[in-house]
Amino acid sequence: MLGLNKKDTLLFWIVAGMALLAPFLLNPFPEGSSLAQMFNAGYPDLMQRFVIFGILVIGFNILFGLTGYLSFGHAAFLGIGSYSAVWMFKLVGMNVIPAILLAMIVSGIFALLIGYVSLRRSGIYFSILTLAIAQMCYNMAYSVLGNPASNFNLTNGETGLQLSLDDARVLGESVTADGALPVTNFFGLAMRSSYQMDVGGWLFTFNVGYYLSAIIMLISFYVSIRIFRSPFGMMLRAVKSNQQRMNYTGLNTRPYILAAFVISGIYAGLAGGLLSSMDPLAGAERMHWTASGEIVIMAILGGVGTLIGPVLGAGFNEYFKNILSKINDQVLHDWLAFMPDGIENAMVGFLHYFVGKGWHLTLGIMFMLVIIFLPGGLVEGGQRIANKFGRKKNSDETKQTPAE
Amino acid sequence: MDAIILQILNGLDKGSAYALIALGLTLIFGTLGVVNFAHGALFMIGAFCAVTLKKLLTLSYFVEDPTKTDFLGKPLKVATPYVQSWFGESAGAAMIDWAVPLAILFSIPVMIGIGFIMERGLIKHFYKRPHADQILVTFGLAIVLQELIKTFYGANPIPTPAPEVFRGSFDFGVMLGFDPNAIIYPYWRMVYFAFSAVIIGAVFAFLQFTTFGMVVRAGMADRETVGLLGINIDKRFTIMFGIAAAVAGMAGVMYAPINSPNYHMGMDFLVLSFVVVVVGGMGSLPGAVLAGFMLGILEAFASMNQIKAIIPGIDQIIIYLVAIIIILTRPRGLMGKKGVMEE
Repeated sequence: MLGLNKKDTLLFWIVAGMALLAPFLLNPFPEGSSLAQMFNAGYPDLMQRFVIFGILVIGFNILFGLTGYLSFGHAAFLGIGSYSAVWMFKLVGMNVIPAILLAMIVSGIFALLIGYVSLRRSGIYFSILTLAIAQMCYNMAYSVLGNPASNFNLTNGETGLQLSLDDARVLGESVTADGALPVTNFFGLAMRSSYQMDVGGWLFTFNVGYYLSAIIMLISFYVSIRIFRSPFGMMLRAVKSNQQRMNYTGLNTRPYILAAFVISGIYAGLAGGLLSSMDPLAGAERMHWTASGEIVIMAILGGVGTLIGPVLGAGFNEYFKNILSKINDQVLHDWLAFMPDGIENAMVGFLHYFVGKGWHLTLGIMFMLVIIFLPGGLVEGGQRIANKFGRKKNSDETKQTPAE
Repeated sequence: MDAIILQILNGLDKGSAYALIALGLTLIFGTLGVVNFAHGALFMIGAFCAVTLKKLLTLSYFVEDPTKTDFLGKPLKVATPYVQSWFGESAGAAMIDWAVPLAILFSIPVMIGIGFIMERGLIKHFYKRPHADQILVTFGLAIVLQELIKTFYGANPIPTPAPEVFRGSFDFGVMLGFDPNAIIYPYWRMVYFAFSAVIIGAVFAFLQFTTFGMVVRAGMADRETVGLLGINIDKRFTIMFGIAAAVAGMAGVMYAPINSPNYHMGMDFLVLSFVVVVVGGMGSLPGAVLAGFMLGILEAFASMNQIKAIIPGIDQIIIYLVAIIIILTRPRGLMGKKGVMEE
């Protein structure tokens, strides 16, 4: 279907099904129960983050997974996309489509420039160059272009760029009738509006913003499958396996890598534009290099170079971040109540460092373990488990290396 | 003229820190061929060694002093640090005052130990993996170390003052024959510069004039051949990793009074140190030192008001701009050797 082979079609429909049914799948526990408090993730804000970061990592994977060029500055494009989208809201109108388009165009232009410069080198130099350029963008957004006193205040510095009541919009009014800020919408459908369905004890929320992001994510996912299966994708893989040999055969690989870099930059810009569409606020911290590091972490967690990996990695990272930061000492005490008091207290005292505010630590450790023992991420883990249980599968399929 | 000298001096302390971290990074890269993203974390741990020693020295016991009362009218508890009761009042007070310099002694074994554990426990297994994996695993390690420090010391910067005699500033201009008050410079920054010069000199002398250093240099040039000669080069490289960690740690200890240690200071320095290493040339020790001081001084010049008036915000981006220009025009960096990391 749609030019995909059977396996990819199946994969696409699985992802589509998961994305479209996410409000059900992520809300397995009845509303109000203690498990729901902890493990339900079916609320709009989090679901939006799942799919938006999914888009971001799918794009990153086109660069890193296919060509092996590790960009440590991808968050810059995310930030650039966010800022351009907010500017579109401020100046033109509250419809999200033009904002997202502008975000993609601007980040694409930046990706072209940055890629042109940084792809002069490869390997570690490329990583460090992208890191330096992204950090330069961050510094500029944070201070130079964000000075509220100057006439050239593009980013509003520390506060972050946001809507204000005196924005002069070309289309639409600056203030709604009741004196509030207008909301972002998709041809009249407000992004934040949701429909809630009450079934028995369960409460399912269907959010406009989420579904818009999910559909865009599916389109991006489809495009990424097509890129993976195209001759262009094949060329990128060839670059990864042996660039020198490609050069010796008389082929100039740089345009191909640059194209991959720009595509992944556009994906990141799209994700940034969507983030701003859901909540019209763009801050410089989105561009900080630790944010770039987080993109890399998500890609690795899921499985670099695989189709489904980025989506899994983004979802996994966001979900665990959310859960771990919610667990506090009281919750731990409840969970470990079956133990003798002394051991319980000791365990809680120990686990205290890994949950709540310490979730960074857990994710960092998890990331290291994945890199050390499972370089192919969750996808490889799944394959290993599948192999272990001796599923009678075609050996071609199971042996598909994640970092192909 | 005095303004120029002042900016050079202002650049020296940051430049020294960049140079020390970049020196360690280059040592690790040149010997083991690993890009260590956790090196900034080592710098940060060094700074927290100073914090820890300060805390240990000020561990106190409390005695109720019946002659004094607090604002509630209860007898006041007077804290007396244990060191004061062990070594006498003045000696104990002096030790607490000199906690930061003492922390250097304390940090060397700690940092060498951490370096050994890191190399033997983790990085050893990554020599044969791609560079991307090395970057990622050390990046993960940096996050973990940083978060560990955050859990134990909290997220706020911890002020760690220099010894009493080195606090405050002195008029450096008068010594050079300028007008009074033209060049005012803090004592501790001068100390920092002198200290880093000594450390850099020591590392170079160690590599240049000892047999051990000679073998290490030979190993940097051709690891395989040195191994074939029957020398256990891996062991020496591990020791070099420990030394690089100690250099970063000492840089951190001495930096603590300049900038109160917080858990992400390592990450802040790391990016710049990478830039320094790349500008200096991957694998070139003199290049790293030169580039460190050069970029530190450039940054100081760019933050002059006269220059900021022409190009606003240049101080924030100058280092990156210079780095980009240098990588594009001189891909090997200022003093990079041929054949190191060329693709």
